[in-house]
Amino acid sequence: MTQKDLELILLRQWAAHIQTPIWIAGVEGELLFYNEPAEQLLRRRFDEAGEMPLDQLAALFNTATEDGRPVTSRDLPLGVALSERRPAQGRLRVSALDGSVRLIDVTAVPIIAAGNRHLGAIVFFNEVMP
Amino acid sequence: MRATLWGTRGSLPNAGPETVRYGGNTSCVEVRGRGGTVLVLDAGTGIRRLGACINGNVKRVDLLLTHLHMDHIQGLGFFGPLYRPGMEVHIWGPPSATMNLRARLARYLSPPLFPVRIRDLPCSLTLHDVHPGEFEVGEFQIRADLVSHPGPTLGFRISENGGTLAYMPDHEPIVGGGDLPAEHEWTSGFAIAEGADVLLHDSQYSREQYPEHVGWGHSYVEQTLRFADRAGVGKLVTFHHDPAHDDAMLDRMLEDALRAFRPECTIQPGQEGAVIDT
Repeated sequence: MTQKDLELILLRQWAAHIQTPIWIAGVEGELLFYNEPAEQLLRRRFDEAGEMPLDQLAALFNTATEDGRPVTSRDLPLGVALSERRPAQGRLRVSALDGSVRLIDVTAVPIIAAGNRHLGAIVFFNEVMP
Repeated sequence: MRATLWGTRGSLPNAGPETVRYGGNTSCVEVRGRGGTVLVLDAGTGIRRLGACINGNVKRVDLLLTHLHMDHIQGLGFFGPLYRPGMEVHIWGPPSATMNLRARLARYLSPPLFPVRIRDLPCSLTLHDVHPGEFEVGEFQIRADLVSHPGPTLGFRISENGGTLAYMPDHEPIVGGGDLPAEHEWTSGFAIAEGADVLLHDSQYSREQYPEHVGWGHSYVEQTLRFADRAGVGKLVTFHHDPAHDDAMLDRMLEDALRAFRPECTIQPGQEGAVIDT
Protein backbone atom coordinates (compact mmCIF):
# COMPACT_ATOMS: atom_id res chain seq x y z
CA MET A 1 0.00 0.00 0.00
CA THR A 2 1.17 3.51 -0.76
CA GLN A 3 0.49 6.41 1.53
CA LYS A 4 -1.09 9.51 0.02
CA ASP A 5 1.18 12.52 0.03
CA LEU A 6 1.38 13.84 3.58
CA GLU A 7 0.47 17.33 2.40
CA LEU A 8 -2.85 15.95 1.12
CA ILE A 9 -3.44 13.95 4.30
CA LEU A 10 -2.95 17.05 6.43
CA LEU A 11 -5.12 19.15 4.10
CA ARG A 12 -7.90 16.61 4.36
CA GLN A 13 -7.62 16.49 8.15
CA TRP A 14 -7.72 20.28 8.24
CA ALA A 15 -10.64 20.56 5.81
CA ALA A 16 -12.65 18.18 7.97
CA HIS A 17 -12.50 20.76 10.77
CA ILE A 18 -13.41 23.79 8.63
CA GLN A 19 -16.87 25.30 8.20
CA THR A 20 -16.09 26.62 4.71
CA PRO A 21 -17.07 24.14 1.98
CA ILE A 22 -13.83 22.68 0.63
CA TRP A 23 -13.06 20.31 -2.25
CA ILE A 24 -9.66 18.70 -2.76
CA ALA A 25 -8.70 17.37 -6.17
CA GLY A 26 -5.71 15.40 -7.37
CA VAL A 27 -3.35 16.47 -10.09
CA GLU A 28 -5.62 15.17 -12.86
CA GLY A 29 -8.62 16.82 -11.25
CA GLU A 30 -9.90 13.61 -9.71
CA LEU A 31 -11.90 14.04 -6.53
CA LEU A 32 -9.92 13.24 -3.39
CA PHE A 33 -12.17 14.68 -0.70
CA TYR A 34 -14.82 17.20 0.14
CA ASN A 35 -15.92 18.17 3.60
CA GLU A 36 -19.33 18.13 5.29
CA PRO A 37 -20.17 21.78 4.48
CA ALA A 38 -19.49 20.96 0.82
CA GLU A 39 -21.72 17.92 1.16
CA GLN A 40 -24.53 20.22 2.25
CA LEU A 41 -23.89 22.54 -0.68
CA LEU A 42 -23.71 19.78 -3.28
CA ARG A 43 -26.35 17.63 -1.63
CA ARG A 44 -24.33 14.44 -1.76
CA ARG A 45 -22.23 12.81 0.92
CA PHE A 46 -18.56 12.36 0.06
CA ASP A 47 -18.73 8.66 0.85
CA GLU A 48 -21.47 8.29 -1.76
CA ALA A 49 -19.86 10.50 -4.36
CA GLY A 50 -17.81 7.96 -6.26
CA GLU A 51 -15.56 8.95 -9.14
CA MET A 52 -15.74 12.56 -10.23
CA PRO A 53 -13.14 13.12 -12.95
CA LEU A 54 -12.46 16.68 -13.97
CA ASP A 55 -13.74 16.29 -17.52
CA GLN A 56 -17.19 15.34 -16.23
CA LEU A 57 -17.39 17.80 -13.40
CA ALA A 58 -18.96 20.75 -15.22
CA ALA A 59 -21.60 18.57 -16.84
CA LEU A 60 -22.34 16.76 -13.58
CA PHE A 61 -23.30 20.00 -11.86
CA ASN A 62 -24.71 21.76 -14.94
CA THR A 63 -22.17 24.46 -14.29
CA ALA A 64 -22.76 27.84 -15.92
CA THR A 65 -21.67 31.41 -15.56
CA GLU A 66 -23.74 33.79 -13.49
CA ASP A 67 -25.65 34.85 -16.63
CA GLY A 68 -26.25 31.26 -17.72
CA ARG A 69 -23.52 30.50 -20.27
CA PRO A 70 -22.16 26.93 -19.99
CA VAL A 71 -18.68 26.46 -18.58
CA THR A 72 -16.41 23.62 -19.58
CA SER A 73 -14.50 21.67 -16.96
CA ARG A 74 -11.19 23.09 -18.19
CA ASP A 75 -12.52 26.62 -17.68
CA LEU A 76 -13.64 25.97 -14.12
CA PRO A 77 -11.42 27.62 -11.52
CA LEU A 78 -10.30 24.10 -10.62
CA GLY A 79 -9.36 23.39 -14.22
CA VAL A 80 -7.38 26.61 -14.45
CA ALA A 81 -5.61 26.01 -11.12
CA LEU A 82 -4.56 22.56 -12.28
CA SER A 83 -3.51 23.37 -15.82
CA GLU A 84 -1.91 26.77 -15.22
CA ARG A 85 -0.81 26.23 -11.60
CA ARG A 86 -2.18 29.54 -10.46
CA PRO A 87 -5.10 30.56 -8.26
CA ALA A 88 -8.34 31.12 -10.12
CA GLN A 89 -11.71 32.44 -9.08
CA GLY A 90 -15.18 32.64 -10.54
CA ARG A 91 -18.85 33.06 -9.75
CA LEU A 92 -20.77 30.05 -11.00
CA ARG A 93 -24.29 28.81 -11.17
CA VAL A 94 -24.43 25.09 -10.32
CA SER A 95 -27.14 22.50 -9.96
CA ALA A 96 -26.71 20.52 -6.78
CA LEU A 97 -27.34 16.81 -7.06
CA ASP A 98 -30.84 17.22 -5.64
CA GLY A 99 -31.64 19.57 -8.54
CA SER A 100 -31.54 22.83 -6.60
CA VAL A 101 -29.70 25.68 -8.35
CA ARG A 102 -27.16 27.69 -6.38
CA LEU A 103 -24.92 30.64 -7.07
CA ILE A 104 -21.45 30.14 -5.61
CA ASP A 105 -18.13 31.91 -5.59
CA VAL A 106 -15.40 29.39 -6.29
CA THR A 107 -11.72 29.89 -5.51
CA ALA A 108 -9.20 27.24 -6.56
CA VAL A 109 -5.57 27.22 -5.46
CA PRO A 110 -2.94 24.79 -6.76
CA ILE A 111 -1.19 22.62 -4.18
CA ILE A 112 2.55 22.82 -4.78
CA ALA A 113 4.55 20.90 -2.20
CA ALA A 114 8.24 21.06 -1.32
CA GLY A 115 10.41 19.98 -4.22
CA ASN A 116 7.98 21.70 -6.59
CA ARG A 117 5.71 18.67 -6.49
CA HIS A 118 2.30 19.42 -7.97
CA LEU A 119 -0.25 17.49 -5.94
CA GLY A 120 -3.55 18.95 -7.15
CA ALA A 121 -5.71 21.84 -6.05
CA ILE A 122 -7.90 22.91 -3.18
CA VAL A 123 -11.20 24.60 -3.94
CA PHE A 124 -13.16 26.85 -1.61
CA PHE A 125 -16.89 27.45 -2.13
CA ASN A 126 -18.92 30.35 -0.84
CA GLU A 127 -22.61 30.37 -1.59
CA VAL A 128 -23.93 33.72 -2.78
CA MET A 129 -27.17 34.39 -1.01
CA PRO A 130 -29.90 35.99 -3.11
CA MET B 1 18.28 -7.63 12.38
CA ARG B 2 18.98 -6.58 15.94
CA ALA B 3 17.82 -3.23 17.33
CA THR B 4 19.30 -1.75 20.48
CA LEU B 5 17.59 1.18 22.15
CA TRP B 6 20.21 3.75 23.21
CA GLY B 7 17.72 6.51 23.94
CA THR B 8 13.93 6.42 24.19
CA ARG B 9 13.18 9.79 25.77
CA GLY B 10 11.52 12.60 23.86
CA SER B 11 12.03 16.34 23.80
CA LEU B 12 14.72 16.66 26.47
CA PRO B 13 17.14 14.33 28.24
CA ASN B 14 16.05 13.46 31.75
CA ALA B 15 18.60 11.50 33.74
CA GLY B 16 17.93 10.75 37.38
CA PRO B 17 16.94 8.07 39.84
CA GLU B 18 13.29 8.36 38.82
CA THR B 19 14.03 7.46 35.18
CA VAL B 20 16.49 4.60 35.62
CA ARG B 21 14.35 1.91 33.99
CA TYR B 22 13.15 3.81 30.92
CA GLY B 23 16.32 5.88 30.68
CA GLY B 24 16.94 9.56 30.18
CA ASN B 25 18.66 9.79 26.80
CA THR B 26 16.80 11.10 23.77
CA SER B 27 16.04 9.13 20.63
CA CYS B 28 18.72 6.83 19.28
CA VAL B 29 18.40 3.25 18.04
CA GLU B 30 21.14 1.03 16.66
CA VAL B 31 20.10 -1.50 14.02
CA ARG B 32 22.57 -4.14 12.93
CA GLY B 33 21.99 -6.43 10.00
CA ARG B 34 23.14 -10.00 9.58
CA GLY B 35 25.74 -8.78 7.13
CA GLY B 36 27.20 -6.39 9.70
CA THR B 37 25.73 -3.16 8.33
CA VAL B 38 25.27 -0.58 11.07
CA LEU B 39 22.29 1.75 10.91
CA VAL B 40 21.71 4.42 13.53
CA LEU B 41 18.23 5.88 13.84
CA ASP B 42 18.39 9.47 15.08
CA ALA B 43 21.16 11.26 16.89
CA GLY B 44 19.63 12.05 20.25
CA THR B 45 21.82 12.03 23.31
CA GLY B 46 21.84 8.23 23.35
CA ILE B 47 24.17 8.26 20.36
CA ARG B 48 27.21 9.17 22.49
CA ARG B 49 27.28 5.81 24.27
CA LEU B 50 26.52 4.00 21.03
CA GLY B 51 29.46 5.69 19.31
CA ALA B 52 31.79 4.48 22.02
CA CYS B 53 30.67 0.90 21.32
CA ILE B 54 31.34 0.98 17.57
CA ASN B 55 34.73 -0.60 17.27
CA GLY B 56 37.45 -0.19 14.68
CA ASN B 57 36.23 -3.14 12.64
CA VAL B 58 33.26 -1.06 11.50
CA LYS B 59 34.26 1.03 8.49
CA ARG B 60 30.88 2.55 7.61
CA VAL B 61 27.94 3.86 9.61
CA ASP B 62 24.66 5.12 8.17
CA LEU B 63 22.72 7.56 10.34
CA LEU B 64 19.06 8.04 9.48
CA LEU B 65 17.52 11.21 10.90
CA THR B 66 13.74 11.34 11.09
CA HIS B 67 13.85 15.12 11.49
CA LEU B 68 16.01 17.87 12.83
CA HIS B 69 14.34 18.81 16.09
CA MET B 70 16.97 19.25 18.76
CA ASP B 71 16.22 16.07 20.68
CA HIS B 72 17.01 14.07 17.54
CA ILE B 73 20.32 15.71 16.65
CA GLN B 74 21.67 16.89 19.99
CA GLY B 75 24.09 14.00 20.30
CA LEU B 76 25.45 14.29 16.77
CA GLY B 77 28.51 16.31 17.71
CA PHE B 78 29.41 13.67 20.29
CA PHE B 79 29.21 10.68 17.96
CA GLY B 80 32.70 9.21 18.04
CA PRO B 81 32.79 7.77 14.50
CA LEU B 82 32.55 11.30 13.07
CA TYR B 83 36.03 11.96 14.45
CA ARG B 84 37.73 8.85 13.04
CA PRO B 85 39.76 9.36 9.87
CA GLY B 86 38.90 6.63 7.40
CA MET B 87 35.44 6.07 8.82
CA GLU B 88 32.72 6.43 6.22
CA VAL B 89 29.63 8.12 7.66
CA HIS B 90 26.45 8.70 5.70
CA ILE B 91 23.74 10.91 7.17
CA TRP B 92 20.27 10.62 5.66
CA GLY B 93 17.67 13.21 6.59
CA PRO B 94 14.38 14.79 5.58
CA PRO B 95 14.05 17.21 2.67
CA SER B 96 13.40 20.91 2.99
CA ALA B 97 11.89 23.41 0.61
CA THR B 98 14.68 25.91 1.22
CA MET B 99 17.98 24.36 2.36
CA ASN B 100 19.77 21.07 1.89
CA LEU B 101 20.58 18.76 4.79
CA ARG B 102 24.17 19.95 5.10
CA ALA B 103 23.13 23.59 5.44
CA ARG B 104 20.51 22.77 8.05
CA LEU B 105 22.79 20.57 10.15
CA ALA B 106 25.52 23.20 9.92
CA ARG B 107 23.28 25.55 11.86
CA TYR B 108 23.93 23.32 14.86
CA LEU B 109 27.41 22.03 14.02
CA SER B 110 29.05 25.44 13.89
CA PRO B 111 29.87 28.23 16.36
CA PRO B 112 28.38 29.59 18.52
CA LEU B 113 26.30 26.45 19.20
CA PHE B 114 29.14 23.97 18.64
CA PRO B 115 32.91 24.38 18.34
CA VAL B 116 33.46 21.93 15.47
CA ARG B 117 32.19 22.64 11.97
CA ILE B 118 30.87 19.90 9.68
CA ARG B 119 33.60 20.59 7.14
CA ASP B 120 36.27 20.04 9.80
CA LEU B 121 35.12 16.53 10.74
CA PRO B 122 37.90 14.06 9.88
CA CYS B 123 35.65 11.20 8.77
CA SER B 124 34.48 10.75 5.20
CA LEU B 125 31.04 12.30 5.46
CA THR B 126 28.23 12.14 2.89
CA LEU B 127 24.84 13.75 3.41
CA HIS B 128 21.69 12.64 1.64
CA ASP B 129 18.42 14.55 1.38
CA VAL B 130 15.80 11.81 1.53
CA HIS B 131 12.54 12.20 -0.34
CA PRO B 132 9.68 9.76 0.13
CA GLY B 133 10.63 6.52 -1.56
CA GLU B 134 12.97 3.59 -1.20
CA PHE B 135 16.72 3.16 -0.97
CA GLU B 136 19.17 0.49 0.09
CA VAL B 137 21.96 0.49 2.63
CA GLY B 138 23.97 -2.71 2.75
CA GLU B 139 21.58 -5.59 3.29
CA PHE B 140 18.75 -3.26 4.34
CA GLN B 141 15.87 -2.09 2.17
CA ILE B 142 14.59 1.19 3.55
CA ARG B 143 11.38 2.98 2.77
CA ALA B 144 10.81 6.56 3.86
CA ASP B 145 7.56 8.49 4.01
CA LEU B 146 6.78 11.93 5.33
CA VAL B 147 4.66 11.65 8.46
CA SER B 148 2.54 14.03 10.48
CA HIS B 149 4.78 16.09 12.77
CA PRO B 150 5.67 19.80 12.65
CA GLY B 151 8.34 20.35 9.98
CA PRO B 152 9.56 17.80 7.44
CA THR B 153 9.66 14.46 9.29
CA LEU B 154 10.28 10.98 7.97
CA GLY B 155 9.15 7.60 9.15
CA PHE B 156 11.38 4.68 8.21
CA ARG B 157 10.49 1.10 7.34
CA ILE B 158 13.57 -1.10 7.44
CA SER B 159 13.50 -4.58 6.00
CA GLU B 160 16.11 -7.29 5.92
CA ASN B 161 15.85 -10.99 5.19
CA GLY B 162 12.08 -11.11 5.72
CA GLY B 163 12.04 -9.07 8.92
CA THR B 164 10.69 -5.51 9.13
CA LEU B 165 11.16 -2.79 11.71
CA ALA B 166 9.18 0.45 11.50
CA TYR B 167 10.37 3.60 13.25
CA MET B 168 8.20 6.67 13.90
CA PRO B 169 9.40 8.28 17.11
CA ASP B 170 7.53 11.55 16.51
CA HIS B 171 4.12 11.10 14.97
CA GLU B 172 0.62 12.45 15.47
CA PRO B 173 -1.42 10.38 13.00
CA ILE B 174 -4.68 12.26 13.60
CA VAL B 175 -4.27 15.85 14.67
CA GLY B 176 -6.85 16.44 17.37
CA GLY B 177 -7.35 12.74 18.03
CA GLY B 178 -10.44 10.86 16.93
CA ASP B 179 -10.81 7.76 14.83
CA LEU B 180 -8.27 6.69 12.26
CA PRO B 181 -9.57 7.02 8.69
CA ALA B 182 -11.18 3.91 7.26
CA GLU B 183 -8.99 4.24 4.16
CA HIS B 184 -5.49 3.24 5.18
CA GLU B 185 -3.77 5.27 2.49
CA TRP B 186 -5.18 8.39 4.15
CA THR B 187 -3.55 7.55 7.49
CA SER B 188 -0.16 9.14 8.01
CA GLY B 189 2.47 6.51 8.62
CA PHE B 190 0.26 3.54 7.90
CA ALA B 191 2.30 2.33 4.94
CA ILE B 192 5.44 2.50 7.06
CA ALA B 193 3.93 0.42 9.85
CA GLU B 194 1.69 -1.98 7.95
CA GLY B 195 2.45 -5.55 8.95
CA ALA B 196 5.83 -4.71 10.49
CA ASP B 197 7.30 -7.22 12.91
CA VAL B 198 8.29 -4.39 15.24
CA LEU B 199 6.99 -0.82 15.43
CA LEU B 200 8.77 1.79 17.52
CA HIS B 201 6.23 4.57 17.87
CA ASP B 202 5.64 7.85 19.62
CA SER B 203 3.78 7.40 22.91
CA GLN B 204 4.43 10.73 24.55
CA TYR B 205 1.18 11.65 26.24
CA SER B 206 -1.66 10.24 28.24
CA ARG B 207 -5.15 10.71 26.86
CA GLU B 208 -5.77 13.35 29.52
CA GLN B 209 -2.67 15.32 28.54
CA TYR B 210 -3.23 15.22 24.80
CA PRO B 211 -5.87 17.98 24.47
CA GLU B 212 -3.31 20.48 25.80
CA HIS B 213 -0.80 19.37 23.17
CA VAL B 214 -2.82 18.99 19.98
CA GLY B 215 -0.70 19.82 16.97
CA TRP B 216 2.61 19.36 18.78
CA GLY B 217 3.19 16.29 16.67
CA HIS B 218 2.92 13.51 19.23
CA SER B 219 0.58 10.65 20.07
CA TYR B 220 -1.12 9.60 23.25
CA VAL B 221 -0.55 6.02 24.28
CA GLU B 222 -4.06 4.78 23.51
CA GLN B 223 -3.85 6.34 20.04
CA THR B 224 -0.58 4.50 19.48
CA LEU B 225 -2.15 1.20 20.56
CA ARG B 226 -5.00 1.70 18.10
CA PHE B 227 -2.63 2.70 15.30
CA ALA B 228 -0.46 -0.38 15.90
CA ASP B 229 -3.50 -2.63 15.98
CA ARG B 230 -4.91 -1.17 12.77
CA ALA B 231 -1.52 -1.58 11.08
CA GLY B 232 -1.33 -5.22 12.17
CA VAL B 233 2.17 -5.05 13.62
CA GLY B 234 3.66 -7.94 15.55
CA LYS B 235 5.14 -5.95 18.40
CA LEU B 236 4.74 -2.36 19.51
CA VAL B 237 7.55 -0.66 21.37
CA THR B 238 6.46 2.55 23.09
CA PHE B 239 8.90 5.36 22.44
CA HIS B 240 9.63 9.08 22.87
CA HIS B 241 8.62 9.34 26.50
CA ASP B 242 7.87 12.79 27.84
CA PRO B 243 10.72 14.10 30.01
CA ALA B 244 8.25 14.96 32.77
CA HIS B 245 7.18 11.32 33.10
CA ASP B 246 9.08 9.15 35.54
CA ASP B 247 9.23 5.35 35.44
CA ALA B 248 6.19 4.87 37.63
CA MET B 249 4.09 7.22 35.54
CA LEU B 250 5.15 5.58 32.28
CA ASP B 251 4.10 2.20 33.69
CA ARG B 252 0.78 3.67 34.76
CA MET B 253 0.14 5.39 31.41
CA LEU B 254 0.59 2.12 29.55
CA GLU B 255 -1.63 0.21 31.97
CA ASP B 256 -4.37 2.84 31.67
CA ALA B 257 -4.20 2.81 27.89
CA LEU B 258 -4.36 -0.98 27.79
CA ARG B 259 -7.48 -0.88 29.92
CA ALA B 260 -9.07 1.42 27.32
CA PHE B 261 -7.90 -0.60 24.32
CA ARG B 262 -5.98 -3.84 24.07
CA PRO B 263 -4.41 -4.46 20.66
CA GLU B 264 -3.64 -7.90 19.32
CA CYS B 265 0.09 -7.22 19.07
CA THR B 266 2.53 -7.69 21.92
CA ILE B 267 3.65 -4.57 23.77
CA GLN B 268 7.14 -3.79 24.95
CA PRO B 269 7.74 -0.62 26.94
CA GLY B 270 10.56 1.26 25.22
CA GLN B 271 13.34 1.16 27.78
CA GLU B 272 16.89 2.28 27.19
CA GLY B 273 19.21 -0.70 26.77
CA ALA B 274 16.55 -3.03 25.42
CA VAL B 275 17.60 -5.33 22.58
CA ILE B 276 14.99 -6.41 20.06
CA ASP B 277 15.61 -9.13 17.49
CA THR B 278 13.53 -9.17 14.33
